[in-house]
Amino acid sequence: MTPPMTPPVAPSRVESRTVPGGVGDSAARPDGVLKVTGEFAYSSDLWADDMLWGVTLRAPHPRALIKSIDLGPALAVPGVHAVLTHEDVPGEKHYGLDRRDQPVLAVDQVRYQGEPVALVAADHPETARRARDRIRVEYEVLEPVTDARRAALDPGCPKVHESGNVVRHQPIRRGDPETSGAEVVVTGEYEVGMQDQAFLGPESGLAVPAEDGGVDLFVATQWLHVDQEQIAPCLGLPPEKVRLTLAGVGGAFGAREDLSMQVHACLLALRTGRPVKIVYGREESFFGHVHRHPATLRYEHGATRDGRLVHVKAEIVLDGGAYASSTTAVVGNAASLGAGPYEVPNVAIDAYGVYTNNPPCGAMRGFGAVQACFAYESQMDRLAQACGLDPVEIRVRNALSEGSTLATGQVVDMPAPLTDLLERARAFPAPPPPDRSDARNLPGGVANTTRGEGVVRGVGYGIGIKNICYSEGFDDFSTARVRLELVGGEPAALVHTAAAEVGQGLVTLQAQIARTELGVARVTVAPADTAVGSAGSSSASRQSYMTGGAVKAACAAVREQVVKLAEARLGRTLGEVTLRDGELRADGVAVPLAEILAGEAVEETREYRHRRTFPLDPVTGQGNSHVQFAFCVHRAVVDVDVELGLVKVVELAAVQDVGKILNPVSLAGQIHGGTAQGLGLALMEEVQVSGGEIRNPSFTDYLIPTILDMPPMRLEILEHPDPFAPYGLRGAGEPPTLSSTPAIVAAVRDAAGLPLTRIPIRPEHITGT
Amino acid sequence: MRVTLTVNGERRVADDVWPGESLLYVLRERLGLPGAKNACEQGECGSCTVYLDDVPVCSCLVAAGQAQGREVRTVEGLADGGRLDPVQAAFAEAGAVQCGFCTPGLIVQTHALLRDDPDPADADIREALAGNLCRCTGYEKIIEAVKLAAARTGGSQ
Repeated sequence: MTPPMTPPVAPSRVESRTVPGGVGDSAARPDGVLKVTGEFAYSSDLWADDMLWGVTLRAPHPRALIKSIDLGPALAVPGVHAVLTHEDVPGEKHYGLDRRDQPVLAVDQVRYQGEPVALVAADHPETARRARDRIRVEYEVLEPVTDARRAALDPGCPKVHESGNVVRHQPIRRGDPETSGAEVVVTGEYEVGMQDQAFLGPESGLAVPAEDGGVDLFVATQWLHVDQEQIAPCLGLPPEKVRLTLAGVGGAFGAREDLSMQVHACLLALRTGRPVKIVYGREESFFGHVHRHPATLRYEHGATRDGRLVHVKAEIVLDGGAYASSTTAVVGNAASLGAGPYEVPNVAIDAYGVYTNNPPCGAMRGFGAVQACFAYESQMDRLAQACGLDPVEIRVRNALSEGSTLATGQVVDMPAPLTDLLERARAFPAPPPPDRSDARNLPGGVANTTRGEGVVRGVGYGIGIKNICYSEGFDDFSTARVRLELVGGEPAALVHTAAAEVGQGLVTLQAQIARTELGVARVTVAPADTAVGSAGSSSASRQSYMTGGAVKAACAAVREQVVKLAEARLGRTLGEVTLRDGELRADGVAVPLAEILAGEAVEETREYRHRRTFPLDPVTGQGNSHVQFAFCVHRAVVDVDVELGLVKVVELAAVQDVGKILNPVSLAGQIHGGTAQGLGLALMEEVQVSGGEIRNPSFTDYLIPTILDMPPMRLEILEHPDPFAPYGLRGAGEPPTLSSTPAIVAAVRDAAGLPLTRIPIRPEHITGT
Repeated sequence: MRVTLTVNGERRVADDVWPGESLLYVLRERLGLPGAKNACEQGECGSCTVYLDDVPVCSCLVAAGQAQGREVRTVEGLADGGRLDPVQAAFAEAGAVQCGFCTPGLIVQTHALLRDDPDPADADIREALAGNLCRCTGYEKIIEAVKLAAARTGGSQ
C-alpha cells in the first residue's frame, strides 16, 4: 500500500510586481556584462601566484590488470613537483554519487578506457604532459565486457565488479498485459546511442592549500556539497577543511554531477603545498565525464481497434559503463515513465542498468526519460499507423490528464493539459515549402548536393513526460540565506545559496524572487560556496523549484522580522503588511524600509523541501515516486534528401506547460537549448564506442548542432499552476530534450518511409547503403 | 623565445614562450587575457576567436610565434572604456548568453560579420556563425542578438 502524498499547500499570494526585475520579468542576467566582455572568471580562467599545473595519466585499455607502475622517469623531469598514484590517496580510495565504487586513482585494475591511473604536477602544462608520458605502466589486458544486454541477462557474463553486473533492475507491474484483450499489437526494438553533454567549458578548477591543513577548491560543478561529501573522505579531511567555491561554469547538462578533477587537484595541492590548476582538453573531457546511457528498448503496445491503449510491455537495458554514477536513478526514471504520458491499464516494464567496460554513463538532461521517450513515441506512431489514425489523434485518445493513474500507481494530482498541448502543436501553421533557388535552404546546404530533386518533406510529433526534482524518497532540499540591510542609505538584499549557476539563469531568478518578495530594487546574489547549507544539484530541472522555494521562504522569514522591527518602532501591532517599492505598507500608512531598518540588518536562513516521495516497490514498481511531472510537445518539419540520406530540419515548434513563467527570456532559452540537444541526439550526436574504446573524442568527430543545423523554433507556453510548487512553477529545462528527438525522427520516417529504429539516424540508415 | 605583439592597442611582450604554445595560450596564460576561451583545441568551436590583423581567427590554431609583430584584438578590447560595443550589449540583452563560454568567440565573429555586412539576412548570419558552437541556446537568441546589433548600428531600416 502506497502512503498518501502530503496535501497541497496553496501557493502564497505574490504581490503584484512593484520593482522592475521581479518574478515574471525578463530581468537581465547579473553576470551578463561580465560574460560579454570576457571578464567572467570560468574555472579554466583561474590563476594563482606560483601555481602548478596538474595532468592525469589515463588507462589506454577498457579492462586490464595493473602489474606495475614506474614513476621514476616522470619524477626525473625538471619542473615536475609531484607524481601520485593510488598509494598517495590518504583517505578513502573510492568515491561515487550513489555507490562509492569509483577509484580516485586505479588501484589494481582499470575498468574503462581513460580511467585515471596517476597524476603529475609541474610548472608548465607541457612539462606535466611530457612527464606523464614517461610514466611506465605494465598492464595485463583482459577481454572487456561490452554487451550491456548480456551483462544484464546472462549470469555467465564475466563480472565487471565483484557485486555483479546488474546495478539495478526495476520492474513495473500493473494489471496483466497478457489478458488485456488487445485487438491491435505493435512491437519494436529501438536503440539509443551514447550522447555526450558536450558542454563547452572543459572540466577544470584550482585547488589552493590552506594554512589549517585543509584546501580551498574553486571548481565548476553542479552540486558543491555532494562534491565536498565525496572529496573530504578521500583526502582524509573533515568536510569543514574542504571548502568549495563555485567558479564560472561553462555549461553542465549533467556532466558535472560526478567528480572529475576535484580530488586530483586537491591531492596535488596538499602534496606540493602550492595551488594546482587542472584543466582538461576536449579529448580528455570525453574520457573525464559520464555520458548519456546508451539503451536498447524492446516494446510491445496493445490497443483496441480504435486506438485505445490496453497494454504496454517493455524491456529497457541501459548501459552504465564501468561505474554506477547515477545509474540507479536513470533506471528509476526509465521504468516509472516507460509507458509515457498515457493512460495504460496493463503494464509490465523491466528496466535494467548494468556495469560494462564501456565508458561510464550517468546524468544527462532528461536522463532515463529521454531514452524511453524515443521508444514509446516511436511505438505510438506505429500504433497510429496500425489503427489508421493520425499521430496526434492516437496521442490525444490516450493522453494523461489530471487525476490519471500512472503505471506506478501514482495519481497525477496536478494539471496535465496534454490534449491541449497536442492540439496546439497540430494547429501551428505549416512552414512554406523550401525556396529552392538558394541551396542553403535544402538538405546538404552549401555543399550544394541537390537542387531539390530527391527532397521530400515530412512532419512528426513527439510528447514526453519528465519528473521534476529528485524522486524515490530522496531527502531533496535547498538552503537560502537572505540578508536585508541598508547600503548607502538604500534597502538592499543579499541572497546567498550554494546553488550552481550553470548558464540556466538561476542567479537572475534568485534576485527576481528577492525583489518580488521584499519589494526592494537592489539585490545581490553572493557567490555560491559551501559556507552556506546545501542547495542540492542543478539538475532534474529542480533549481527554480527548490532554490527558488528556499529563497522565497527565507525572504518570507526576513519579512516577518521586518514587521516585528516596524511594530517595535511604531509601538503598535500592524494589520496586513506588504513590502513594496522600498516601503512597508500597512493600515494605509507607508514607512520607508530605511527608517525601519536604520542600522539593523535582518538575516534569515531557510531550508526548503518539496513534498515527500517514496521508493518504488522493488517487485511491483508501485509507489508515489515523483514530486512533479512536466510535459512538452514538439512538432518537427523536415526536408529529407532520400537519395543522399541528408536531413534538414525546417522548423521545430514546441508547446510546453511551465506552470508559471518566471523569466520569459530565460525560459525560452531553456526550451531552445533543450530542443537543440534533442535534435543532436536524433541526427548526429554519438560517442562511438567499439570494443570499449571511444573512436571520436573530439569536436571534429563528435558533432553537435551548429547554427546551420538548427531551424527557427516556434514556442507556445502554457501556465497551468501546480498547487504544490512555489509560484505554481513547473521545472522546464528537460522536457523539450525528451520530445524533440522522437518528433524529428517521426518526421524523417514520414518523409523517407522507413522504420528508423536507431538514433542518431545516419545517412546510410536512410539510403540503405 | 620572446614574442612581441600588439594586443588591444598595447604593445605586449611574452618571454619564455615554448615554441609549441598557441596564441590562445599566450593570451590567456601569459598576458592575463582569459576572455578568449579554449574549448576544443582544433578550430571546431570558435570559442577562441580573436582578430589577428583585423581577420577573425581561431587563436588555438595560431602558433604564438606567428603573432610576432602583429596586431591582436580580443573580446576584452571591444568595449569603448565603460561602454559596451553594440554587439556585446545586444548579446546581453537578447538572452544570447547562458553559460557564456561561447560568447566571447561569437561576439568577435559577429563584430567581424557586421563590419563587413551591416545588414545580414538570416541565412548569412547562420553561415557566418557556423564555425561557432553554442551548447546552451539553440542559437535562436543569438540570431536575435545579431539582428538587434545590426539594427542599432544602422544596418536595418
